[in-house]
Amino acid sequence: MDLENQQRIKDLADKHGAENLVVILGGAEAEASGLACETVTNGDPTFAGPLAGVPLGLACYHVVEPEIKSEIDDQVYDDQISMMEMVLDVDAIVEEVKTYREKYSEYK
Amino acid sequence: MDFPVIKASGYILVHTPNILKEGGSTQTTTRAKNPDDEYLKKLDDYLRSFEEVVSYAPNQAYIGNILPDELKNIKQPWYEEQNFVEGNRYGDSGEIMPEDEFYALIKHVDVFDLVKLSSDFIAEVESKVAEHPILKEMEIELGEGEKKSELEALLDNQAEPLYLNEELVGCVKKAHESDVNLNAHTILENLVAKASAVLSLKNMAVKNDIDLTEIDYVLECSEEACGDINQRGGGNFAKAIAEMAGCVNANGSDVRSFCAAPSHAVVNAAALVKAGIYDNVVVVAGGSVAKLGMNGKDHIKKEMPVLEDTLGGFAVLISNNDGASPVIRTDIIGRHKVGTGSSPQAVISSLVTDPLDENNLGIKDIDKYSVEMQNPEVTKPAGAGDVPESNYKMIAALGVKRGDLERKELMDFVKEHGMPGFAPTQGHIPSGVPFIGPAAKMMREGQIEKAMIIGKGSLFLGRMTNLFDGVSFVIEKNSGVKKQENSVSDKEIKNMIAGAMRQMADNLLGETE
Repeated sequence: MDLENQQRIKDLADKHGAENLVVILGGAEAEASGLACETVTNGDPTFAGPLAGVPLGLACYHVVEPEIKSEIDDQVYDDQISMMEMVLDVDAIVEEVKTYREKYSEYK
Repeated sequence: MDFPVIKASGYILVHTPNILKEGGSTQTTTRAKNPDDEYLKKLDDYLRSFEEVVSYAPNQAYIGNILPDELKNIKQPWYEEQNFVEGNRYGDSGEIMPEDEFYALIKHVDVFDLVKLSSDFIAEVESKVAEHPILKEMEIELGEGEKKSELEALLDNQAEPLYLNEELVGCVKKAHESDVNLNAHTILENLVAKASAVLSLKNMAVKNDIDLTEIDYVLECSEEACGDINQRGGGNFAKAIAEMAGCVNANGSDVRSFCAAPSHAVVNAAALVKAGIYDNVVVVAGGSVAKLGMNGKDHIKKEMPVLEDTLGGFAVLISNNDGASPVIRTDIIGRHKVGTGSSPQAVISSLVTDPLDENNLGIKDIDKYSVEMQNPEVTKPAGAGDVPESNYKMIAALGVKRGDLERKELMDFVKEHGMPGFAPTQGHIPSGVPFIGPAAKMMREGQIEKAMIIGKGSLFLGRMTNLFDGVSFVIEKNSGVKKQENSVSDKEIKNMIAGAMRQMADNLLGETE
């Protein structure tokens, strides 16, 4: 996960409290999305960025997951995301992100 | 309506394993952190030879010896010896240059005496320069060269080394005592961009019999910046390249928009020609040092060669309609606007379906789409997936949403209207433009009628905006009909009609008399 983004998420968690933050991912790949979820929950697994060894335990979902999709206006979702739903391996992404969320997230 | 044409194109690669090691951003940042890093130690074992690079199928596609579609019939991984193709360093559209010849070219394009080469190296490379079909015509003077001890002393003074087979054969000096914009690394990056652009332009001219003195304007569209502390991106690589290539009657300027720049530049060039301001405009870009070996760590992790070992370059000539070359449909231009938004759906709509809709065309009316043509063998191991294929799927999915095609046709569309990625991951280089040459060939051979070239750029990397960018245009087989110049004016026509009527009246009078 981008080091700059790691710092931004860390700063936001420090400022607003980890319990008040939800990370919504938009990655196109299951592996990369899982990695991002792992980073904001259990810390940077590559030990390269500001979240190395910092398990924030944030709530983290991919935008195509039903929990998030149901919160979005249908028309907006159709205009902005439905095309990508056809392209992405949605099941694999959901599975991967869910795995890390259930394992490491403290605010589900 | 009369349209400008793609008169010629040239595509080059330069195999630069040593510049990769010394100058690629992944390597420099790793070295700065830990000079003894395991990755750096392993790197040599994973670098390819020149012969391997030449026999690599995507490279043969890039220089025009095979069509991108032919890659579908070549087994992957393409980098494995059993899947090599017949390699020729010279191609229909360009060439693959080895590092030693390229060092000579860098020296030649350096007009500030910043590049120093060893006398031993010069003695060895001179014969190669003399035999090279393009370099031998360039009056390359390498001088007597330096002693090795002199080069070593320059390295102590922050020069960037030029190695060949573990041997120090030259260096690039810093151009200012303290200005970071003119330090040796920046000068190396800029000279490499300049030299590879010159090579692209020269190849375009030689392979297509173009007289470079007839070029009016050059638009350069790489991602480098040249300038100094007071004008960091002062620019005009274009004129520096034009000078070296012998475009004595040309002026020029640079176009920047990250990876979208080449598409912007072609649209600008087409506009200049169509407006009648210039007759012959070249769009050109050289390669990027920073991106060499960018994903090297992932490649080594996957036990495969470090494939980002080549610089890329291209040149395209846009001219008045000759009745034969593919036309640029200046009436079908896609734009990612400020208000478009950055979701993939919004981006693809703005670049693909909006311009087609405006011209009553469907998604299937475009025979081939050229998107970000990154070679998937480079990007997949790094977790970025197959970039062209993802783009084709997005275009197809948008087609399904609009009713242009059935859901079950999605993958057929990808196969028919797309192609495998074949360009080096040099940022601006793979962005749409690599297919201009193959498209022209396919149009000549009657295989396709229309192709859409799409360039996209990640503007947010510069931290000035969160926006994305993109431009698209359509090229089309020439109908063979040139717009006729109005050789007869309206007044002349009136006079001719009046003359004919007078004659008829005289005849009638004659008959009655």
